[in-house]
Amino acid sequence: MMVLGLGATFQGSTYSVGTLSRMGPGYFPMALGIILTLIGLAIAVTARFTHYEGEEEVLPPEWRGWICICASVVAFVVFGMYGGLVPATFAIVFISAMGDRMNTWKSAAVLAAGIVVIAIVVFWWALQMQLPLFGMR
Amino acid sequence: MQQALQDLWYGFGVALQPHNLMWSFFGVLVGNLIGVLPGMGALSAISMLLPLTFTMKPIPAILMLAGIFYGSMYGGAIGAILLNMPSHPPHAVTCLDGYPMTKQGKGGLALGITMICSFFAASFGITVMIFASPLLVEIAFKFGPGEIFSIMLLGLIAGGTMSRGSPLKGIAMTVVGLLIGIVGTDVNSGVARFTFGLVELTDRVELVALALGLFGVADFLRSVNRMQLIGSGMKVRLRDMFPTWKELKQSFAPMIRGTLIGTLFGAMPGTGPTITTFVAYAFERKVSRTPERFGHGALEGVAAPEAASHSKTQVDFIPTMSLGIPGDPVMALILGALIIQGIQPGPQLITQHADLFWGLIASFWIGNILLVILNVPLIGLWVKVLQVPYRYMFPCAMFFIAIGVYSTNNSLFEVNEVLVFGVIGAIFMALDFPVAPILLGYVLGPLVEENFRRAMLLSRGDLTVFFHRNHPISATFLTICFLLVAGQMFFAARAKHREKKLRVPKGVAAVSE
Repeated sequence: MMVLGLGATFQGSTYSVGTLSRMGPGYFPMALGIILTLIGLAIAVTARFTHYEGEEEVLPPEWRGWICICASVVAFVVFGMYGGLVPATFAIVFISAMGDRMNTWKSAAVLAAGIVVIAIVVFWWALQMQLPLFGMR
Repeated sequence: MQQALQDLWYGFGVALQPHNLMWSFFGVLVGNLIGVLPGMGALSAISMLLPLTFTMKPIPAILMLAGIFYGSMYGGAIGAILLNMPSHPPHAVTCLDGYPMTKQGKGGLALGITMICSFFAASFGITVMIFASPLLVEIAFKFGPGEIFSIMLLGLIAGGTMSRGSPLKGIAMTVVGLLIGIVGTDVNSGVARFTFGLVELTDRVELVALALGLFGVADFLRSVNRMQLIGSGMKVRLRDMFPTWKELKQSFAPMIRGTLIGTLFGAMPGTGPTITTFVAYAFERKVSRTPERFGHGALEGVAAPEAASHSKTQVDFIPTMSLGIPGDPVMALILGALIIQGIQPGPQLITQHADLFWGLIASFWIGNILLVILNVPLIGLWVKVLQVPYRYMFPCAMFFIAIGVYSTNNSLFEVNEVLVFGVIGAIFMALDFPVAPILLGYVLGPLVEENFRRAMLLSRGDLTVFFHRNHPISATFLTICFLLVAGQMFFAARAKHREKKLRVPKGVAAVSE
């Protein structure tokens, strides 16, 4: 119920964005915003009336995995911008692999190195991608 | 009729060109592999390979993407039957009877029957497509913007409500998708909308970034450290796979029924594949004289849903190609791919791009034959692949996602988009919102808006134009929309009423009803 309430508030915020646009091109977004708000309300109302059934097991948060996966994408962008394909590839695979508790530093590094080789052969050499191996873009 | 056969012959000519054949083969192979892998559906596979198709010609690109779609359907059944692991939701129902059969040592038989049913159902679906599409096109030429708007509305509502979970949430997600579709420069006035001052966003949100975020990254965020793989020492020998005459006869009627159910659902826009297989299974149990055998390795319980999912897969292409209205998210992606290639799906597609359309149909047949041939020797290999740990798989997939998105436009900004949508998608999933309708809304959004505005222009702002006597088609579709919404409300109310009485456990019981 709490969770669904959150969903409704999220949708409420989309609504205000919708009405702010100008009338001409903003007509359609505004209509959508209103619909979404109504649906959000409806969800909130129905959620209030149905009691929460604690059947589904709530999984514990997986901060390590989440942070690592998000960080790996950011790392790819940053390294892609300033480092080139090789460091970016290594970073994304290595960091996201570290998100899994079963992976060790070593196995993640080996995996990342392997993918770097694939990246060089397939994307840089075979597909001629527009990203230098090393250096600024 | 004559014409259709002639066109089909021409289509075979197109599909059998070595270049096209190669990509079609590649597509079914990849699709098959990805279908077997847990947690990777056709959606993530197609979105991952979508960037690759930008440099290709339209025909091989679409043949490959379509191949991935139906290839993954074959693959999904393997995981479901041998390992009790539904790689993607439509096959969950195959597990119910497929896995017990494996435990009884009849896994090979189950796979064999699955393959026969799949091939039969796919062939039937293709035949329907050959003859129904030109008919549909004739009607479709009478469509104006009002009609197109109404049909799309129907597709959106159906897509939102008929998928899994609460219909309200489905609709909410569809609207979110529509809103995401609005981001960018307005076609009519040139005003940038919802760009938050970011120049990169004036060019619309990238389809690949959205799809990979929602179905790739979000999935990994959900299942990191939670995925357990059950290895299975199953060995499937070739001769196990041939059913006896008696078993063949036993599964024949379910196969026909499953095929028909799949065809029916495929023709309806917005009905997901999961609901199709569940309906086929439930129906089979209902008509069976021995319903108690279901769940303990009944052959019929494998045959019917698999046949249904395959005929639906093929028939799904009809509304997508001939009306430009995708029936489900995978179709929405393929539609997106077509648009990126500069081909506007719709009534004109069959005449303007006859080579593409008939080539695609012919490739379905070729692809299905390839799959049957491929699957026989490769099943053993796929089972091995299943044992590759998730912890190695997802970092590699992360890389392919990042590089794939980057290469669509050579822009790192879009990689950030992936992350944003990944996080949003994971949050929605955690809140029990279905994410697939977002994609449907995103792809249809601009088309809906354009046609709505055009209809408004033609009618000078008169909303009643959709119900006007001069537009019977539009009025019909809108009526169906209302009926659908009303029906959903009725069922929801009834379910709640019943729940109060009985407290039925949620989940499978609710779906199969």
